[in-house]
Amino acid sequence: MTERASGPMRWIRERFNIDPLIEFASHKQVPEWRGSFWYYFGGVSLFLFIVQVVSGILLLMYYQPGEKTAYESVRFIVTKVRFGWLVRSIHSWAANLFILSAFIHMFSVFFTKAFRRPRELTWYSGFLLLALGLGFGFSGYLLPWNTLAYFATKVGTTIVAVLPGVGEPIMELLRAGKDVSTATLTRFYGLHVAILPAAFTLILGLHLMLIQTQGMHEPEPWPGGKPRYMPFFPNFVLRDLLLWLIVLNILAILAVWFPWELGSKADPFGAAPQGIKPEWYFLFTYQALKYFPAKLAGIDGEVVGIVLFGIAGLLWFLVPLWDARTPRGIRNRFINYVGITVVLFIIVMTALGVR
Amino acid sequence: MTEPGISRRSFLDRLLGLGVLAWLGSVIYPVVEYFKTPPQGEAEVTSVVATKIQSVKPNSGLVFRFGREPAILVSGPDGKLRAFSATCTHLQCTVQYRNDLQKIYCACHNGMYDLNGRNLAGPPPRPLTEFQVTVKGDDVVVSRT
Repeated sequence: MTERASGPMRWIRERFNIDPLIEFASHKQVPEWRGSFWYYFGGVSLFLFIVQVVSGILLLMYYQPGEKTAYESVRFIVTKVRFGWLVRSIHSWAANLFILSAFIHMFSVFFTKAFRRPRELTWYSGFLLLALGLGFGFSGYLLPWNTLAYFATKVGTTIVAVLPGVGEPIMELLRAGKDVSTATLTRFYGLHVAILPAAFTLILGLHLMLIQTQGMHEPEPWPGGKPRYMPFFPNFVLRDLLLWLIVLNILAILAVWFPWELGSKADPFGAAPQGIKPEWYFLFTYQALKYFPAKLAGIDGEVVGIVLFGIAGLLWFLVPLWDARTPRGIRNRFINYVGITVVLFIIVMTALGVR
Repeated sequence: MTEPGISRRSFLDRLLGLGVLAWLGSVIYPVVEYFKTPPQGEAEVTSVVATKIQSVKPNSGLVFRFGREPAILVSGPDGKLRAFSATCTHLQCTVQYRNDLQKIYCACHNGMYDLNGRNLAGPPPRPLTEFQVTVKGDDVVVSRT
């Protein structure tokens, strides 16, 4: 290998020893079984994140936060700038597909029990990445400063405030004041383009490093009893790239045929319009909260609902701690039932919310 | 080092640890404080002119600006004027008047209030805060009670 190298490879080798990396990539293997399909959703999520970074940077070239400029600059992007409509539409669609893909990735990891020892840290970091992704969605939603986004932000931040004790200060921290105002817009902008990307990149680095060093989770037990593997390079990588290409095509079709609407400019002193709904990925929470009565045992129904959701989220995050193996060692049907219940709950509540 | 008590090394380690903590505190504290938005120094509004009396029609509503927050002026079917904070007591959306229902309505979560601001249906846990309405000449003046 080393003797054959010449030209650029030799130039690089003289300055940086890349042999261990090549060695690593050439020996890396991916388990091949009926569940292998789900492995690709991690990669798809990564791809969509990259699309977000690139399209987001492009939007930054024209976007201006501020009461008199936010909505106007987005309108300028989608009506005047060449392909501006496409860039914005790609950014909005890729955001939604990213959340979808990350959810699929999370549930596939859950049901294949890939979060178990020694991959707990990968699970925790993945959960944080999804939480940050939702934060991206929530903060980015307000940036065009349209009516729907204004009231969705008002409702979303008020929900935080119902938490006893810490709720109010967190809400004021998010809103940069007592009300949703242009100060909130500036703050969300800072979150969306600086703080969240920095945090996301750090945790993503850890997440990817863990996956690379530990390798992909293998089924327990192997179907048929015999392990089968596929070389990571080039077999798995090429499949990955093909899927990325397919996703890019889906994204392009969605962005071109269903361009994201801008709506009307937010008016803080106008009535909330009918049909205020959060983005679909918050819809199940939003819908479930509607079923709580105004008062429950003397406490505001909202508070009970939010606290219950908080506890459920925490339990989900900590699943590696309470998932017990059965005496036979591997199967734990209870976990499957929990997972199926959660999936059904999300699907039913989202469907009811969409109606 | 067999002498009782703490060794010089562990003492210095602790001192260093404390120093690191103090340093972290001195960095984090100003950052946290920086994020707290200072009050805008806007004077509390106690009274505003909502509109002109000529433009108010029976069975209608008008959302207007009352200091930092929205308020609603409602003219009932009988023509009686009432004003309330327009911030829904549920999740702070802005309410509106529905002349087909003759009720104050919040579109976000289907909250319903009667013409006295009392929460009738849907999730709102409390009535709307009521303001005083007086007509001075042509002006409809709304003030805090």
